Amino acid sequence: MRGKGIALLCLLPFVLFYLAFQIAPLVWIAINSFWSDVNQAWGWDNYSDILTSPFYQQAIRLSLDISLWSSLYGLLIALLGGYSLHQLGNGRLHRFFMSFTNMTSNFAGVPLAFAFVILLGLNGCLTLLMRKYGVMDGFRLFSRDGMVVVYTWFQIPLGILLLYPAFDGLKKEWQESAELLGASRWRYWWHIGLPILSPALIGTFVILLANALGAYATIYALTTGNFNVIPVRIAALVSGDISLDPNTGSALAMLLVVLMAIITVIHQWLVRRSYLNAQ
Amino acid sequence: MRYAEKIYHRIIVWLVFLILAVPLAVTLLYALATEWGATIVPDGFTLKWMTALWSDPRFLTALWHSLLICFGSLLFSLVLVLPAMFVIAYYFPKLDAVMNILILLPFAIPPVVSSVGLLQLYSSEPLALTGTPWILIGCYFTIALPFIYRAIANNMQAINLRELIDAAHLLGASTWQAAWLVVLPNLRKGATIAVLLSFSFLIGEFVFANLLVGTSYETLQVYLYNMRNGSGHFTSALVISYFFVVLVVTWLANALNRERG
Repeated sequence: MRGKGIALLCLLPFVLFYLAFQIAPLVWIAINSFWSDVNQAWGWDNYSDILTSPFYQQAIRLSLDISLWSSLYGLLIALLGGYSLHQLGNGRLHRFFMSFTNMTSNFAGVPLAFAFVILLGLNGCLTLLMRKYGVMDGFRLFSRDGMVVVYTWFQIPLGILLLYPAFDGLKKEWQESAELLGASRWRYWWHIGLPILSPALIGTFVILLANALGAYATIYALTTGNFNVIPVRIAALVSGDISLDPNTGSALAMLLVVLMAIITVIHQWLVRRSYLNAQ
Repeated sequence: MRYAEKIYHRIIVWLVFLILAVPLAVTLLYALATEWGATIVPDGFTLKWMTALWSDPRFLTALWHSLLICFGSLLFSLVLVLPAMFVIAYYFPKLDAVMNILILLPFAIPPVVSSVGLLQLYSSEPLALTGTPWILIGCYFTIALPFIYRAIANNMQAINLRELIDAAHLLGASTWQAAWLVVLPNLRKGATIAVLLSFSFLIGEFVFANLLVGTSYETLQVYLYNMRNGSGHFTSALVISYFFVVLVVTWLANALNRERG
């Protein structure tokens, strides 16, 4: 039994640092979100302030809007690209593409923002090209549409990496049988392909959604904090120059945590369900 | 597969590749271009932006800071995680389920949320860590934890930890000798790969670095952000150099991974 006691001691440093840097901040936020500095009282004031303020409502709406669409587009491109890559089978192209995807999945945040300014900014080379050929009257990178494009870009590699293993579940024979029975390609996808992939598709979509909702570095670097989404608002409330109010920041952070928790629970539930289906 | 089908799949794969590659390619071109104003193609090529960058002491300091913090916090994570994982695997296998939940949290909580609490907890006297690099080491330990844990857990499963220790016991070693002299060397490869793979993730971290430390200990990402108003060519050279550093480290990890088979 003495061995076990010393063994427990070995766990102590890990537990201590995990508590200090993961749990304690979270508990601190949770407690502080209920203290209102304005009223000097405990209660739900911070939350009701956020939920009734048009400014924060806009931030929540924009966050959900950008996350939802970038996840959908990212998922669609990942589905098309990943499936084609899977169909082409193992080979040099496959290996090259997979390591390239791995590489780009780490290319987010500030460097990504810079790359997109050069590409699609006011004098970006693609913007100039589009203007020259009159395709579009110049693209507005610092708008909602611009954010959706940038977010979609960093969702694609993650989507491919998450979705790729699921394509192994599509047996070649099924497509051949469907074809022999006279099903068109669309019917095959609608009745067989997509239903089989659906747990993986929904699971990946949920992770992409969480990824976009929490993203801060890219949008902050692109717009220097002038774009109204939840993570930017949180950061401005705790370390901004104008609107310093850590308690409201805590409440907004808690709202994001709750959103994330809902997403995680849905994800776990879907994962379990897909395991049950597979058995 | 029919020929037309093959062509279709190839086109799709190359299209996706193009979408992903264009921002990188343009940044590279920009970093190497002399002037690139209103024309579609650059006027000429030069290495002057690259040399300007690599002779800028502020850049070199930031790079050094980043390398130091990333590898420092990864080593620190190993020191914390390895004994804990060993103890759990050998003495308390039931705790494994708890660990699997613990490593989910850093994924589910965005850094911008954690930093709200961290800023307030560690700004005042007993633990005034904000503004020093030390706080980053603690934060990076938590966000690297899922990667490190997964990589080492796979390695532990592969080496059959219990049998290894029982064999060492039979030969007269104590549990600590067995852990130190038998298990640890066997985990070396997995730990190295875990460190190298998480490195590319940590060196790209901006939120904690900017909110908690900022310019008082400038890392590569914060330097990059602070250079945003400078010449586009210079920042492009910066982005490409950053990417190159990440590339070398991930390539190293992959090479090690292949070697292991």
